[in-house]
Amino acid sequence: MLYGLKIATRYLTANKAQTGLLITGVAVGVFVFIFMSALIGGLAVFLVQRTVGDIAHVTMEAPSRDASALLPENSGLLIVRQRDTTQLELLRTADAFIPLIEATPGVSAVSPQIVGNGFLVRGQATAPVGVTGVQPDKVSAIANIGRNIRAGSTDLNSSNVLLGTSLAEDLGLRVGQVVRLRSANGLELPLVVGGLFELGLDALDSRSAFVSLSVARTLFDAPQGISRLEIKLDDLNQAENYARQLAADTGLEAKPWTEGNAQLLDGLRAQANSGNLIKGFALITIVIGVASALLLSTYRRRPEIGIMRAMGATQGFVIFVFVTQGTMIGLLGGLIGAGLGYAALSPFPLPEVAPQGGLPIDVRQGAYDLAITLTTIGAILASILPARAAARVDPVSVIGQ
Amino acid sequence: MSTLVEVRDLVKTYGEGDTATPVLKGLNLTLDTGELAALLGPSGSGKSTLLTILGTLMKPTSGQHLMLDQDLTSADDRELTEFRNRHIGFVFQFHHLLPDFTALENVIFPTAVKAGRETAAARARGRELLDRVGLGNRMEYLATQLSGGQKQRVAIARALMNQPELVLADEPTGNLDRESATQVMDLIGEINRQEETSFLISTHDERIAEICRRQIRVLDGSVG
Ligand SMILES: Nc1ncnc2c1ncn2[C@@H]1O[C@H](COP(=O)(O)OP(=O)(O)OP(=O)(O)O)[C@@H](O)[C@H]1O
Ligand SMILES: [Mg+2]
Repeated sequence: MLYGLKIATRYLTANKAQTGLLITGVAVGVFVFIFMSALIGGLAVFLVQRTVGDIAHVTMEAPSRDASALLPENSGLLIVRQRDTTQLELLRTADAFIPLIEATPGVSAVSPQIVGNGFLVRGQATAPVGVTGVQPDKVSAIANIGRNIRAGSTDLNSSNVLLGTSLAEDLGLRVGQVVRLRSANGLELPLVVGGLFELGLDALDSRSAFVSLSVARTLFDAPQGISRLEIKLDDLNQAENYARQLAADTGLEAKPWTEGNAQLLDGLRAQANSGNLIKGFALITIVIGVASALLLSTYRRRPEIGIMRAMGATQGFVIFVFVTQGTMIGLLGGLIGAGLGYAALSPFPLPEVAPQGGLPIDVRQGAYDLAITLTTIGAILASILPARAAARVDPVSVIGQ
Repeated sequence: MSTLVEVRDLVKTYGEGDTATPVLKGLNLTLDTGELAALLGPSGSGKSTLLTILGTLMKPTSGQHLMLDQDLTSADDRELTEFRNRHIGFVFQFHHLLPDFTALENVIFPTAVKAGRETAAARARGRELLDRVGLGNRMEYLATQLSGGQKQRVAIARALMNQPELVLADEPTGNLDRESATQVMDLIGEINRQEETSFLISTHDERIAEICRRQIRVLDGSVG
C-alpha cells in the first residue's frame, strides 16, 4: 500500500498550516502525558526516598522463639513470658547466609548488625539511645551517614561512636569529646565522638548511636552472631518479593519496608491514580482532536474521494489513506511531544538529589515509549470513524457538483 | 463490430412513495466497440443518470446491464470498483482532478491505485498520454495551476490510462469556451479513430453532436 501512503502524505503536506497545528496539538497532549508521568513518578521517588531512603528495604531477624515450645505440647501449663529487651536474639548462623544474600541479584547492600538499647552518660546528663553496631565499612550502607555527616568523619574504630546532631546537642557534645555508653546489660565503655550526622529523621538524629560491630559485641556481651541483617535493594518496590524469597531460603524472618509504611503506599497509590486520570484526559483530548480534524478533512475532500472511487479506488483504499493520516499524525505528534518533553524535563535535578521545595521531576520516568504508543493507537482509533465516513462517500453525489 | 454494452428495460426511479421520481422508464440501448456516440436530450431527461448507471457508479432500480458479456446488475461494490478501473474511463463536466497532485500524478492514478504504487511503466504511459493531449510541458504542474481546457485534457488522458473499452463523458465541454471545446472534441475524435475505445458523450451542443457518428436521444425516460 505504498500508493496509499503517498496519497496520505500528500494530503497532510498539502495543508501544512493545518497539519502543523494538529500535530502541535497532539504533541502538547503527549507533553502533558509525559510531564505527569515524570512528576508523579518523581514525587513517588522523592517521597519514598525521604521516607525509606535511610531505612532498610528488608530486615532479617531470627524467628521469635516461642517459649512454650520448650515444654511438651498440651502440658496444661500456662506460660507467661515477658519479652526480654536486653537479651539479644542472635543469628548465630548468619555468617553462612551473608555471602549468599550479597550474591543475590538485585541486592545492593547487606549489613550485619548488633543492636541494643543503652544510655549515653556525660557527667550528670544521660540520654537513652538505640545502639547499632555495624561493620566499619558498612556504616553508610543503609542510612547514608556518609552523605549526611555534619562534623567529624564516618570512620568507626574500637573506641569511637557516631551520634545524631540533636542528640549531641542535648548532651552538649562535640567531635573529639568523650562520652560513656552504658548498655542495658550494664556494661559501660568510654568512647570518643567521631562524627555527627543529620539524617533528617528524628528517630535517628536524636536517639541513635552507631558503633563498630566489635564495640557492640563488648557492650551487649555477644561474642558471636548478630542480631539482625539489614538489606538494601536496587529496586525498593521489589522489597516484598525479596523478603518472601529470603525468608523461604533462610528460614529467618524477613520484613519488607512496606510493612511499616502502609500510609505512604496508600498515598502513592492515590497520587498515581490522579496522575493516570490526567494522562487519560490528555489522551482523550488527542483522540477527539485528531478525530475532528480528520472528519473535517474528510468532508472537505468529498469530491476527491468520490473521484478516486470512480477511478477504481476501493473502499479499503480510502480507509487506508485516512487511517494512515491518523497514524502519521499520532506518531509524529508523539515523537515531537516526547522529544520536547525529554528536553524540557532533563534540566530538572533527579528527585534523589532534588533540593527541598523544588519540583521533584524524574526525567527517567517520562514513559516516553508508552506515550508515543498510546498516542499512535489513539490517533489510529480516532481516524477510523472519519475513514469509514470517507469510504462511504457516494461518487454519484459529488460528481454532479 | 461487436456489442460492448447492452441495457435492457432499464428503470431508474429516484426516491420512494410520494416523492418517487421516475427518470428512466424501460430504456433499451446497445453500444458497439469503437463507437463515438452523442447522448442528447433536454435538461432533466436522465442523461447523467444513464451515464452513471453505465459507469457502474449507481445501480438501476430494475433492468439488465451487461458489458463485455458480464452481468453487472448483480455484482457487488468490490467487483464493480475493479471492473470500472479496468474497463471504463470517465470525463466529467467539472474536471474533478485531484487538486494536490500534478497533472502526471492525476493521469496515472487509475493504474497506480490498482498496482498499489506508481510504476515506471505507468509513468511512461502517463507522459505519453499527456504529450498526446498536448500537455507535454505541463506534466509537473499541480491540477490547480491548469486552465479549464487543460484540466479537461488531463481528465481525458486519465480516462484513457488503463486502456478502457468505454469512456463516458458527461458534458465534457460544458464548461469550456468554444475554442477549448473544439480542441477537446478533436482530441476525442482522434483517439476514437486510432483506438478501439468507444465514447458516449452527453451534450447540449448540437455542433458537438454532429462530430459524433451516432446520436442517441433520451426522451421521456427512453431512447427515442
Ligand atoms: N439524487 C437524485 N435524487 C432525486 N432525483 C434526482 C437525483 N438525481 C437526479 N434526479 C432527477 O432525475 C432527473 C434526471 O436527472 P439527470 O441529472 O439525469 O438529467 P440530465 O439529463 O443529466 O440533465 P442535464 O442535461 O441538466 O444535465 C431530474 O429530474 C433530476 O431532478
Ligand atoms: Mg446531466
